[in-house]
Amino acid sequence: MHLLFDIALRHLAGRRRQTLVSLLGVALGVGFFIAIAAMMQGFQTYFVAKVIDVSPHIEMRDEYRKPPPQPVESQYQNGLVHILGLKPKSEPRGIKNARAKIAALSELSGVAVAPALSGQVILRYGSKDVSATAIGIDPKKEKSVSNLERDIYLGEIEDLYATANAIILGGGLAEKLGADRGATLTVLSPVGVVLKMKVVGLFTTGIVAMDNFQAYALLKKVQVLEDRPNVVNRIRLRLADVNQADVLARRIETRYGYWTQSWKEANANVLGIFVIQNAIMYSTTGAILVVAAFGIFNVISTVVLEKTRDIAILKSLGFNARDIQATFLLEGFVVGLAGTLVGWALGYGLTELLATVEFEIEGFVRSQGFILDYSPAHYLIAGATGLSAATFAAYLPARKAARMDPLAIIRGAS
Amino acid sequence: MSAEAEPSQAPDGPSVVEVKNITRILPGPPPVTLVEDVSLDLARGDFAAVTGPSGSGKSSLLYLMGLLDRPDRGEVFLQGHPTSAYSDSERARLRLSVIGYVFQFHFLLPEFTVTQNVMLPMRRLGKLSESAMTQRAGELMEKLGIAECRDKRPGQLSGGESQRAAIARALANDPAVLLADEPTGNLDTRNSEIVFQTFAQLAADGERAVVAVTHDPDMAAFCSRRIRLVDGRISSMT
Repeated sequence: MHLLFDIALRHLAGRRRQTLVSLLGVALGVGFFIAIAAMMQGFQTYFVAKVIDVSPHIEMRDEYRKPPPQPVESQYQNGLVHILGLKPKSEPRGIKNARAKIAALSELSGVAVAPALSGQVILRYGSKDVSATAIGIDPKKEKSVSNLERDIYLGEIEDLYATANAIILGGGLAEKLGADRGATLTVLSPVGVVLKMKVVGLFTTGIVAMDNFQAYALLKKVQVLEDRPNVVNRIRLRLADVNQADVLARRIETRYGYWTQSWKEANANVLGIFVIQNAIMYSTTGAILVVAAFGIFNVISTVVLEKTRDIAILKSLGFNARDIQATFLLEGFVVGLAGTLVGWALGYGLTELLATVEFEIEGFVRSQGFILDYSPAHYLIAGATGLSAATFAAYLPARKAARMDPLAIIRGAS
Repeated sequence: MSAEAEPSQAPDGPSVVEVKNITRILPGPPPVTLVEDVSLDLARGDFAAVTGPSGSGKSSLLYLMGLLDRPDRGEVFLQGHPTSAYSDSERARLRLSVIGYVFQFHFLLPEFTVTQNVMLPMRRLGKLSESAMTQRAGELMEKLGIAECRDKRPGQLSGGESQRAAIARALANDPAVLLADEPTGNLDTRNSEIVFQTFAQLAADGERAVVAVTHDPDMAAFCSRRIRLVDGRISSMT
C-alpha cells in the first residue's frame, strides 16, 4: 500500500466515529440525490414520452398569434402609431384552403398530416351534463398522427364508421358521465345543434387533460354539430424526428400565418415546471452535500490539529509539504469515495423501495405509484459531486497542514 | 577547507557537515539572535556534544545543520555541497536521505508499530523492496536492543525503548549525519548511558558524524568532540 495512503487510512481509523458520521453525510447526499432524481427524471421522461407518443407533434390552428398589422403600422414602421377604436375584420373561422395545405405538408418527408375540427360541446347522459372537446377526425389519417388507435381500450377506431353518429370517449370523461360503451348520449353544440350519439369506444392515454375532456367522432359529424360544413380548424402533424418539431412549426407558421404549435410549445408550462423541479432537486441535494462537506472539513481539521506533532516529525524526517498535503487530501477523498459507494447502494435501495410503493396519482398523468428512472448518469453526477465536495472540504485543512513549520512545533514540544 | 565547498568535490570527502560563519536571527520585535557567526566542521567518525546553558542556541544550531532551518548569513555545507540554494523540497529530500533526527520526545507515530515506524523513512525514500525494508528495520531494532518490541505500538513502550526506536528510525536510510536534540532529556541515567553508548558506536563505525545536544556533562564525556555555546557563539571547541 502506498505510504501516504497508509498514513491517511490510519488517521481516519483513529477517528472512527467522526469519520463514519461524515461518510454517512456524503452517503445520504448521494443516496437521496439518486432516489429523488430517479423519481423526478422518471416522471419527466414518462410525461414527455407520453406527450410525444399520444398527441400530434405539431398542430396548426385557425388562429393568429398576433392581430394582422394595420396598413398605417406597416407604413410607419418606426413611427409611434396608436390606433383607437380598431375593429378587427371578423373572418370566417377555420383554416382556409385546408385541403391544399394538407396536400402540401404531406409532401414533406418524414411528416404525416391529418385534418381535424375541434369544438366545445356539452355531453348529456341521464341527469349529467359534462362539457368536453369534440374532435372530428378522419380515422384513416388520424392513425398516422396520433396513437388513438392504440389507446382505445374498448372498441375500435373503425367503429366510428360502423355506427351512425358514433363517438369515442376518454375513460375519465365516460366515468364522469357514468356512460359505458353502447350508451347513447345527447350532444349539444354552442350553435344549437343537438345530436344523439352512441358511445362505441373508450380510450385512455394516461394524460389527464385528454382522458377527462376529449371525445372523438368523425370529422363530418363534428362539422354537422358545429354547423361548419367542410371546415377544418386543426391540421395535425406527426414527425419521424420529434426534435424537428420546433423548427418545422416555425417554418409552417411563417409560411401560412396560422398559429402553429409544436408539442414543446403546447406543453411549455409543464416543461417549465420541470426546469424548476430540477433546480430544486439539485439545490436540495447540493445542500446536503455541503453539510456533509462541513463534516469532512471538521474531521480533517481535527486530525490536523491532533497530529501537529506527527506532521512535524514527518517533515523533519524528510516528507515535503506536498506529501503532507496529499495525505490529508487523501483522507477527504477516501471519506468521499466510501461515502459515494455507500450512497450508491443507499440510492439504489431507496429507488427499489419507492418502486414498491403503490398509490393512485392523477396530476398531469395518471399512474399507479412512482415512475422511476434508473439512470447511470444520476450515479455519476452524485458520485462526482460527493467526491469533489469531500476533497475540496479536505483542501483547506490539508493546506494548513502542509504549511506548518515543523521547527515551531518541535520547539514548542521540547 | 574552502576546496571542500566546491560541489565538484567527491561527496565522500572527509567533511560530512560544515557550517561557515552562520548567523540566525529570529525576526523581532525585538529580534533574537539564536546563533551568531558559528563555524565548525564535522567528519565521519566524529561524535560531537553541543553543550551550553539553556537559550545558548544549541538546538538552533542543530536545526540549521539539519536543514530544518535556514541561516540568515553564512552557509551550511552537506557532504561538501552548499545548501542555501536548495528549494524546500530538495532540503526535505536531503533530510530524508542524508540526515537523521532524534528529538527529546520520541515522536513515534502512534498508529504504526515500531517496525512500521522504523520503516517510514525507507518507504518514503522508496529505494528498497518491501522485504528488504522489513529486514533492515529488523537489523536496526536488533542493533538497538529492541527487537522484542518490533510489533508493539509506541504507547506500549518504555521511555528508553521509545527513544531507541526513534534512533532506529533516524538510522533507517543510513544517514551521513545523525543529529540528536537532548535525546536523553526524558530518560533515566541507565537509559541515557545506553543511548550515548549507542551513539558512540554509531560514530565509531566511521559511517557517519553524530551530533548530540546535551546539558549533561556526564553524557558529554562519551563524546570525541565537545562544542560549547554561550549566547549563540562558540565559547570553546575541541
